[in-house]
Amino acid sequence: MTAAVDARRATPRERRRQARGRNLRRHWQLYLMLVLPVAFLVVFQYIPMANNVIAFKDYNVVAGIWGSPWAGLDNFERFFANPVAWDLIRNTLMLSLYGLLAGFPVPIILALALNEVRARFFKRTVQMVTYAPYFISTVIVVSMLILVFSPRIGFLTEALGFFGMDGNVLADPDAFRSVYVWSDVWQTAGYSAIIYMAALAGIDPSLYEAARLDGASRLRKIWHVDLPGIAPTVVVVMILSVGNVMAIGFEKAFLLQNPLNLSQSEIIATYTYKIGLLGADFSLAAAVGLFNSVINLILLLIVNTVSKRVTGNGLW
Amino acid sequence: MTLQTANRAEPRTERRRPSRRRAARVQDTRGDRVFMVAVYLLLATFLLVVLIPLINILASSFSSPAAVSGGRVLLWPVDFTLIGYEAVLSNEAVLTGFGNSLFYTVVGTIVSIVLTVLIAYPLSRPELMGRKVFIGGVLFTMLFSGGLIPTYMVVRALGLLDTRWALILPTAIGAWQVLIAMTFFRSTIPSELYEAAQLDGTSDARFLWSVVLPLSKPLLAVIALMYGIGQWNSYFNALIYLRNEELYPLQLVLRDLLIVNNSGGTNLADQLAAEQMADLMKFSLIVVSTVPLMLVYPFVARHFNKGVMLGSVKG
Repeated sequence: MTAAVDARRATPRERRRQARGRNLRRHWQLYLMLVLPVAFLVVFQYIPMANNVIAFKDYNVVAGIWGSPWAGLDNFERFFANPVAWDLIRNTLMLSLYGLLAGFPVPIILALALNEVRARFFKRTVQMVTYAPYFISTVIVVSMLILVFSPRIGFLTEALGFFGMDGNVLADPDAFRSVYVWSDVWQTAGYSAIIYMAALAGIDPSLYEAARLDGASRLRKIWHVDLPGIAPTVVVVMILSVGNVMAIGFEKAFLLQNPLNLSQSEIIATYTYKIGLLGADFSLAAAVGLFNSVINLILLLIVNTVSKRVTGNGLW
Repeated sequence: MTLQTANRAEPRTERRRPSRRRAARVQDTRGDRVFMVAVYLLLATFLLVVLIPLINILASSFSSPAAVSGGRVLLWPVDFTLIGYEAVLSNEAVLTGFGNSLFYTVVGTIVSIVLTVLIAYPLSRPELMGRKVFIGGVLFTMLFSGGLIPTYMVVRALGLLDTRWALILPTAIGAWQVLIAMTFFRSTIPSELYEAAQLDGTSDARFLWSVVLPLSKPLLAVIALMYGIGQWNSYFNALIYLRNEELYPLQLVLRDLLIVNNSGGTNLADQLAAEQMADLMKFSLIVVSTVPLMLVYPFVARHFNKGVMLGSVKG
């Protein structure tokens, strides 16, 4: 390699380095701003990710994370050897799939129906009322469920009796999923409808004109104009929900649990809490949690790829 | 969908409405009218399904203990009285929890907003070197999280267990809010303003403080509400990080009073009056703890809508 080539190569590199220096000198304040929040992300997000290494170790407090002996895949084997593992996975999947199936169409139907209504006062009232429960905390929603379904004082207990369902739904393992999912729909349908309302408002009005000229009925306008118009939004929401299938929250399931419905209400998140924090088996709990997160990430990647192939829409 | 379509969408609906209304009046066929009746019935059902449980709770909270325990309250108070509220508002644990939650919400929201602006603003600037890496680092936390136990270990190692900071610091930065703020800064602060400030020799920090932030009030309102409501409603971090009941936020106090003490209706307590009072208190407690949110609700709803629009921008 000759000196001439070297010099030619060095020049742009040199220039880049100078540019970087100038950028730093001029915008040092921007970099300074980043220091604190980035430190937060590292400490509370990335160090915990690294701590997952204890899933592959036999962790004990005295030796610490790095001093504890390696255990290979023992913790994962221990989890899957336990017959409860498959119950947990099944409970988690069934609960979120049920939630997906029930919770996905309702906000779309609500938004499409609201979009047809011309009476502004009625429209606003329905929107405001259905939106409100979104802001009620999980603790309160579960308390309300316990009260309205209480066999002794609940006003819905009688209504259920009318439909031939008896007594205490909260103590019935088979009713757990329905209670969980439909109370979720009750709480979030109004909120989830907003994004579809926005998409509907963005549809080109000339499409409605065209449909009108063709003599399309209202139902056909919904089918041929509204639904294709909100399809990209539907796909994005769908990906996000499927990507969260395994990430179903701890908060509500834990509150709705009682010894009687545990056979269906114990999900991976609540189990991790129990063996990890109550049982102090950190390594096993971390292994279960890691398994859950990885499955979840894989699902999200698969759904996103498939959706991009099929519909051209994806998250990235 | 992009931010632009979301913004353009609103005025367009306004313009479209009159023409559609006229068209509908002329063209509604019989089938369409039947269809509209079905639509109104459907929406009325939605309305009632959401409203009736809320009204039942409210009516019960104003009823007498005996009426509540007898399951006699439906949609209107029976034997109207305020003793449920008197009992709740003189309960020490509830008051402490209320105060604590107020503290966590105010301080937590301030910390969160400061950190969110400090990270979102530099990331919105194209001059920043390594911008893509940083943004990727934020987005990745949405896809993958450390998990319960590994995070708990960090909080423990920092000595934050059983302190107020355990509820504020670990959840201080929300990736979603950073994304919303970043998009807002990028799309609403005109680059001409920045160029003018550059010519005047204004520093980046000064520009953020005296130009960007005053222009970003709607954004600050949205993310403050998101963080504030999240903090007010959460109980999970308190459950795992706190032992000292003096530090409990309201939601955890409510959990103890409303859920843990509940034995699923097979209560054999012999003090009938005490038991009836406990029933009534639950209803009053639900109302009292939800009222602060419902008071700010109309305001919150408007801003949250904006947040949903801002958030529907692809990063």
